[in-house]
Amino acid sequence: MKLLSLQRRMARAVMTPLTNSERMRSVAPDGRSMRAVASQIIKPNDRMTSFERLEIYNRQYWFRVLSAFAEDFPGVRAVLGGRRFDAMAKAYLIDCPSQSFTLRNLGSRLVIWLQKHPSWAGERQNLALDMVRLEWADIEAFDGLREPSLKPEDLAGVNPAKLRLHLQPYVSLLALRYPVDELLLEVRKDSDDLDVASNTFNERHKRKRVSAAAKLKPSPIFLAVHRLDEDVYFRRLDREEFAILFALHAGKSLNAAIESALRSSPIAVVDRAAHVEKWFHTWSALGWFCRLEKSPKNEKAASR
Amino acid sequence: MPANRFNGHTDYGIGIGLRSPHYHHILTRKPVVDWFEIISENFMIDGGRPLRILDQILEQYKVVQHGVSMYFGSAERPNREHLRRLKTLVQRTKTPWLSDHLCWGSVDGRYTHDLLPMPYTFEAARITAQKIREVRDFIEIPVAVENVSSYAEFHVSEMTEWEFLNEVAERADCGILLDVNNIYVSSQNHSFDPFTYVNSVPAERVAQIHIAGHSKYRKYILDTHDHPVIDPVWKLYGRAIERLGHTATLLEWDDSIPSFDEVHDEALKANRFLASASLAAAV
Repeated sequence: MKLLSLQRRMARAVMTPLTNSERMRSVAPDGRSMRAVASQIIKPNDRMTSFERLEIYNRQYWFRVLSAFAEDFPGVRAVLGGRRFDAMAKAYLIDCPSQSFTLRNLGSRLVIWLQKHPSWAGERQNLALDMVRLEWADIEAFDGLREPSLKPEDLAGVNPAKLRLHLQPYVSLLALRYPVDELLLEVRKDSDDLDVASNTFNERHKRKRVSAAAKLKPSPIFLAVHRLDEDVYFRRLDREEFAILFALHAGKSLNAAIESALRSSPIAVVDRAAHVEKWFHTWSALGWFCRLEKSPKNEKAASR
Repeated sequence: MPANRFNGHTDYGIGIGLRSPHYHHILTRKPVVDWFEIISENFMIDGGRPLRILDQILEQYKVVQHGVSMYFGSAERPNREHLRRLKTLVQRTKTPWLSDHLCWGSVDGRYTHDLLPMPYTFEAARITAQKIREVRDFIEIPVAVENVSSYAEFHVSEMTEWEFLNEVAERADCGILLDVNNIYVSSQNHSFDPFTYVNSVPAERVAQIHIAGHSKYRKYILDTHDHPVIDPVWKLYGRAIERLGHTATLLEWDDSIPSFDEVHDEALKANRFLASASLAAAV
């Protein structure tokens, strides 16, 4: 048997879902007997059958990917509950096995997958989707690229009508239906407490967490997930603040972004300049803008 | 071997794996450690805290990169994005050599994130060696391949594991990261003499040694890196040092990680053997 053929057969077997009792299935997805698959490629020894030896790898695969997935999405687990989350995780990983050399990217397709398969989240699909978006943004913020920050001198002489500002790659802007940021912080606090708690305490906190998720009512929020001094933060944004940043991120010029964001704003016209100034001051202080690209889009007024 | 072309002509002593539960201790107490081994994939990222910590470690310690997902033995070509990120990290750490496993773990672009065993065939040796050469040519530093623990053997195998290791290392002209715990684990799982393995490895190609603990189950042993090194593994290590001389040695402890001092003390037990090797070399 050629190397590629053997590796395909073994990988198919290793990535086949386990039974409910976490053992290797007796029948492969293509209907073949798993014992036949195993004995065709793997030698038995004096203690173990081919099936048992293959099963070690099958179990290790699922334990590893499920545990990495659960570690990345504790908030989604709190929203769905342990049993539903585990079922959803298995279904997702069957449809979307890792295509990356790093487990860090395991959940990168979860938003799209969950939108296509709403039944796995039941009645809480919107809440679960919001939490997935937040937790994925958290991963991106944790180790995303930091470009050189924009400095005031970079803006000298730039025409605001042409100026296009770029957000740092690690900043994510989220418009969410539920205040999942608070829920996730609570989940994490509980997890920290659990490290030193008794079983009874754990159970009480688990119930409290599930109950908090169940009671969460829709209440739209705008959020920037970002990094400061290498810690990840969730920063609530005003609607207009979000709209300006979103428009800038979409490539609009500074003037166009501000104009479109404030067009239907309830903020009084006389107060708008002060708001915009305050927001830009905060964003700049947080280092959210990258150094300008040298491109015709950002040509200096003086050069026109 | 001590300094050789497969470890960048360095003569490192006893190191331990750099793991996150120890970051605070290392950065605040600055313990004396010969060197740290990092898991490359943990730092093949674009930014953030892991890289900041790595830079702080690099200011004070020697660091060697060890990978877990290059999959030299996978039939598919190396992932270009992986190679690009790996090279960026190599330029950051200035690691004198780079190691990864003699195994496979991905096929058709899907990753198992496991160290799956190789069929010991000449075709597999040829493909694996070609891939090692390709990676080394791209990364531009010496590469060492590590023998893995295994729980299965293939019908198609045409040679023993150590013959396969030697065949690959010879064809690729690469170094060997000799994991004596993995040799012990596989010897128990496949009923061979671990000393035959250690005695068969080409001494001049060994760039580094790994030691670790494991877990014993009823029918097999699992390489879990969550215990101290057991005596039979130390004996095997002793034999390896007897053959190889004073060789860079690294203790892996990846699960149920105890305090920094406990891990370091366990690693320093290797001194018993390294000291006598140095003495023998001096005489």
